[in-house]
Amino acid sequence: MAEQCAVIGIGQTKHRESRRDLSIPGLVRDAAIRALQDAAMTWKDIDSIVIGTAPDMFEGVMMPELWLSDALGAAGKPIFRVHTAGSVGGSTAVVAAHLIQGGVHEKVLTLAFEKQSEANAMWALSPAIPFQPQLVAGAGGYFAPLIRSYIRRADAHPDTGCMVAVKDRQHGLLNPNAHLHLDQTFEQVKGSPMLWDPIRYSETCPSSDGAVAMVLASEKHAGRVKNPAWVKGTSVRTERTFFAGRDQVNPAAGKLCAKDVYDEAGIRNPLKEIDCAEVYVPFSWFEPMWLENLGFAEQGEGWKMTMEGKTKIGGEMPWNMSGGVMCTNPIGASGMLRFAEAARQVRGTAQQHQVDGAKVALGHAYGGGSQFFAMWIVSSER
Amino acid sequence: MRDVAIVSFSQLPSVKVIDATDEAELVQPVTSDAMEQVDLTQDDIGFTCSGSTDYLPGRPFSFVAAVDGLKAWPPIRESHVEMDGAFALYEAWVRLMHGDIDTALVFSFGKSSLGPVPDILNLQNDPYYVQPLGLDSISAAALQAQAMIDAGKASERDFAEVAARSRKNAIGNPNAHIKGEFSVDEMLEEPYISSPLRKSFCPPVSDSAAAIVLAVGDRARKLVKRPAWIRGIDHRTEAHALGQRDLTTSPSSTLAAERAGLGQRSVDLAELHAPFAHQEIILREAMGLGDDVNINPSGGALAANSLMTAGLIRFGEAASRILSGDAGRALAHTSNGVCLQHNLVAILEGE
Repeated sequence: MAEQCAVIGIGQTKHRESRRDLSIPGLVRDAAIRALQDAAMTWKDIDSIVIGTAPDMFEGVMMPELWLSDALGAAGKPIFRVHTAGSVGGSTAVVAAHLIQGGVHEKVLTLAFEKQSEANAMWALSPAIPFQPQLVAGAGGYFAPLIRSYIRRADAHPDTGCMVAVKDRQHGLLNPNAHLHLDQTFEQVKGSPMLWDPIRYSETCPSSDGAVAMVLASEKHAGRVKNPAWVKGTSVRTERTFFAGRDQVNPAAGKLCAKDVYDEAGIRNPLKEIDCAEVYVPFSWFEPMWLENLGFAEQGEGWKMTMEGKTKIGGEMPWNMSGGVMCTNPIGASGMLRFAEAARQVRGTAQQHQVDGAKVALGHAYGGGSQFFAMWIVSSER
Repeated sequence: MRDVAIVSFSQLPSVKVIDATDEAELVQPVTSDAMEQVDLTQDDIGFTCSGSTDYLPGRPFSFVAAVDGLKAWPPIRESHVEMDGAFALYEAWVRLMHGDIDTALVFSFGKSSLGPVPDILNLQNDPYYVQPLGLDSISAAALQAQAMIDAGKASERDFAEVAARSRKNAIGNPNAHIKGEFSVDEMLEEPYISSPLRKSFCPPVSDSAAAIVLAVGDRARKLVKRPAWIRGIDHRTEAHALGQRDLTTSPSSTLAAERAGLGQRSVDLAELHAPFAHQEIILREAMGLGDDVNINPSGGALAANSLMTAGLIRFGEAASRILSGDAGRALAHTSNGVCLQHNLVAILEGE
């Protein structure tokens, strides 16, 4: 590639079930201004904007970036809209990084948002499609059978999902921006109502309003801050919806996407060479599933890492230090929040949920029926 | 910067309705054809990117189904933009700058026949202050056309002449939706749809799909005799609110053309994405395209207008005239948003 790319500014809104105090332009502007301030920049410094959000139907505005151009000071600049399902926040950051690495622009503002309180995402996700059986189940109904399949294959301890939920909610208590601040016990999680067996209510992510923004810059401008996060590897991978050869429990697209970013970043053993990870876990059981898919555990062993507490802050491989999607889920922004939280860790700006001495971190997002993946590796070293 | 070229182009004929086809069935014929033209398969493609919008089929994540029109196995490097396919081409061009891959497949699909397009496009407006007014896309364009007349920049006869020329050009285009010899005087007798726009000054609403293959440097030279090199490509936006813009000009097109390297040298032809007749006049002035430039030899969007593909088809039509040796230097343009808010321009050249 022509240029090195670094994250030099990060901003996010306080996430809540409903940010009635902010319009959609207000929401994206709030995150963008925080990122600009963090990068010691103003709107004028930005060459280009890359924005992502999940389906436009969540807010009822078609191609909202056209309207949001005014709030983002985009007039006279390029503004580019990415949409790749749940992975969109990650894919958007990858496009922004490529604009810099390819030498097209030098300072790019990238952001992602969702204002879920404007609509009902669960039903927006379950439309009646001609000639297809209507799912009428939202994402949980889709993923529950995959989780059951994982439990059977791995002979996983049935409490694993509850352990992840308790851990992520404890992490979320350390993150003032998180939507959910729940001091939940294991018994409380396990006692919550069963929604889609084996997914209990407290093992699901919330619906949130929120936005996140990052300023990415070329090497020439990275010196504006003393702690840039260097982008060492990026990838997006996709597999089909209908294909008999798919393994949705351990998707090939996820494995391949991880291999891409590890190869590009020169990582051979993710467990040893990565210090922490922010991974898209919308239902608690996806932690052990992705531990295996991303090569942090052998197949069938991921749940043991969770049960042994290795994924807690202070453990061998902290995952979702911010509380993750389990605490905050503005869908279109959830992927970029993972990418941004990974960058915060290696910049050393994650405050109460900082992993001591984190130098290399993974940001991960996925979407569709476990078929769209986006990842990046960031490092404190160039 | 690496040299990137368009090496093949395929489209479905733009028609009023393509019956009984889902996303995969729209995408498969054009992507296969574009790859077959240069003897490639999906396995040879480094990056795939598409453009479409959920609001045409009226369901979220409609692009997900389109992936099933591809051989996306083993899993492919793939992305999607909620914009015209020409912007997917832009993302693919950026991706090719990374240096690790040499080919890309770009496609888009638009089944406009599924809903009332002018009303759907009102959803692009500010949801608090403008959407409730019901500003459909024809009414918005009519405001712009009236502003042209008020500013003394064009007359209704000028609009009619653009429409007549476009549809005459389309006679030679087997993929065009509306074509033929139309009388300017008869057009001016048509009733207004939304004053000063008459039916002939407005685009048809078409269904179609299109695909383009991009390749880098020597890889492109091996695939075709005369690649259509993308010498420069840039896009710019403007303020969203109509009241904040001079609707008779297009400063974002001026800037994008300048940054794409249009420069003082003229082009042989320009494929402009101007769905409404008056918009061609605005774009020509904004980019300084004189009478020596062949504007929309394909007939342009006034002859075939499938949403989300009409822009990518402009790139394909411009490139195919370079690939065939008929043109040396061409401009390809795509617009996005109400009244030309956002514009993408590329300069294409033969070797």
